[in-house]
Amino acid sequence: MISLTHFLVVGALLFTLGLVTVATRRNAVGILMGVELILNGANVNFVAFNHYVTGGVTGQVFALFVIVLAAAEAAVGLAIVLSIFQTFKTIDVRHADLMRE
Amino acid sequence: MDSFLPLVDENLRSALWFRPEMALTFGTLILFVLDVVFRRSAARVALLSAAALAVLAAAAGLLAIQPPDAQSLFNGMLANDAFAIFFKWLFLAAGALTVVIAAQGRDFPPERIGQFFALLMAIVLGMFMMASATDLLMVYLSLELVSMVSYVLAGFRKGDRKAAEGSLKYVIYGGVASGVMLFGMSYLYGLTGTTSLHAVGAQLQGIQAGSAVSVAATRIALVVSIVFVTAGVGYKVAAVPWHMWCPDVYEGAPTPFTAFLSVGPKAAGFALAIRIFNTALAGPASPATGFAVALAGIPWPAVIGVVSAVTMTLGNFTALGQTNLKRLLAYSSIAHAGYTLMGLSTVSDRGVQAVMIYMLVYLVMNVGAFLVVILVAEATGSESILDYRGLSRRHPVAAVAFAIFLFSLTGLPPFAGFAGKWYLFYAVFERIDGPGGGWYAWLALIGALNTAVSLYYYVRVVRAMFIDAPYTADAPAIRARPGYQLLLGGFSLAILVFGIWWTPMIRWTQASLQLFRG
Repeated sequence: MISLTHFLVVGALLFTLGLVTVATRRNAVGILMGVELILNGANVNFVAFNHYVTGGVTGQVFALFVIVLAAAEAAVGLAIVLSIFQTFKTIDVRHADLMRE
Repeated sequence: MDSFLPLVDENLRSALWFRPEMALTFGTLILFVLDVVFRRSAARVALLSAAALAVLAAAAGLLAIQPPDAQSLFNGMLANDAFAIFFKWLFLAAGALTVVIAAQGRDFPPERIGQFFALLMAIVLGMFMMASATDLLMVYLSLELVSMVSYVLAGFRKGDRKAAEGSLKYVIYGGVASGVMLFGMSYLYGLTGTTSLHAVGAQLQGIQAGSAVSVAATRIALVVSIVFVTAGVGYKVAAVPWHMWCPDVYEGAPTPFTAFLSVGPKAAGFALAIRIFNTALAGPASPATGFAVALAGIPWPAVIGVVSAVTMTLGNFTALGQTNLKRLLAYSSIAHAGYTLMGLSTVSDRGVQAVMIYMLVYLVMNVGAFLVVILVAEATGSESILDYRGLSRRHPVAAVAFAIFLFSLTGLPPFAGFAGKWYLFYAVFERIDGPGGGWYAWLALIGALNTAVSLYYYVRVVRAMFIDAPYTADAPAIRARPGYQLLLGGFSLAILVFGIWWTPMIRWTQASLQLFRG
């Protein structure tokens, strides 16, 4: 029987994997994928809490909004990665590090 | 179908209280159209900036005729209250100043300035909603609206390495911070079963009941989720440890937008933080003392106090070594976020009032400081402190105005920055004698020491301007646009007048303390 705990574990795993991805990836697109994992970890929690705890639709609607915003964020993020590629000729984030003191 | 009718009625009623936001929404769209209409016009910049100011004026007019009746809008998504209206005026002022500065400067090429104005209106709209959000969903949506447009505008300069790098760092840090906040919100939703901030507060009040073990477990989960939510807010106000994007984004963004970023979204972040912490995580202030208590025994005021102390210390000490004025002002803005967090950590009406006064004063002095940076950069093409040497001879008005802004940022009397700092420290001192308030004395001490440290790097700039000889012997006199000089004079005058005559600021913020509590 699948319980709330199982979903929460999956959500927490997705969140952690997302953070690890962001922290370790050098490819800018890979980092953006890590951000998506973080958002989806939260989404799993929202839908699971909605189903097992609160009822109604609040959590599901929240998750829908997050999905839409994640798409918008991916669009903006990829546009910025594109401009990084045009100026630096690479999307390795180690090279995009001019400003530092 | 009948069950939906009350919801529709509520939305129609709320729309009457949503007119400033609607003016901004349609203004954004109209500006995009006008951008195309005036494509070949010779007076393109003048027409588009007039249109942008007209949009802000329309929003201001609609805001002015709207009575400040505290009430919930859109089924608990937003609140209309005097607190939100105060910050909305602040955002309109920040937006208008940015339009006026950007219209005169060369930071934006004429063919792209229409897009900038349109996107700027979208940010102002997002900040309006940040100040009035009363639901976790609305908190997230408004924060993301401001953030996403900011990512785009931070990288507005095409083909510029610093701009591209700054916006990449911004989008990565911003995405992670808002994702972490969202994850914390999902736990908060699961623990309390609601997304309304007021209902969260009501739920937390009842958490003391139940067996000791379950209360302790709930409290741990609550602390984790609240720390996660704080990440989103802390990133918006650039508090340590979520400040890493700040110097790079400030340096890479077009300077007028940097000025906007350092006052607008920061003030919006504080409005949102006060709304979340003082309505969902603390009870109402007691009428006798003016203090409120954190709900469910979660020690968040102490956490905010520690964040505040670390933020101001790190900001000030890193600013000491900066030679680029934009980076120096970026670290100084981190330090100022630290000072302002002191007001949030007091959980009292006085603390909220201090934050409001500080953000008001900070708006004038920081936009003024960035205006001098714009002025000098236009003449010399550089933001290095070396190019400020001998500025008192090359452009006395700018040098004197910059000195006023820097002393005001330090918090010296008789400048307005002193009024802001005095109120913040007063709010903290008041708390020392309160229950469990010993650590506030340490916070006040750290704040005072930091003010002394900040004097060092602000005076370094003043010394370069007034005492040092110009970097090169033939450094040309700087010619500034009359519009800039007028703005500098206006800002300096405002800082001097309100540094002595505090009454209007205090009266206005006092009248704006009313926070809608469901």
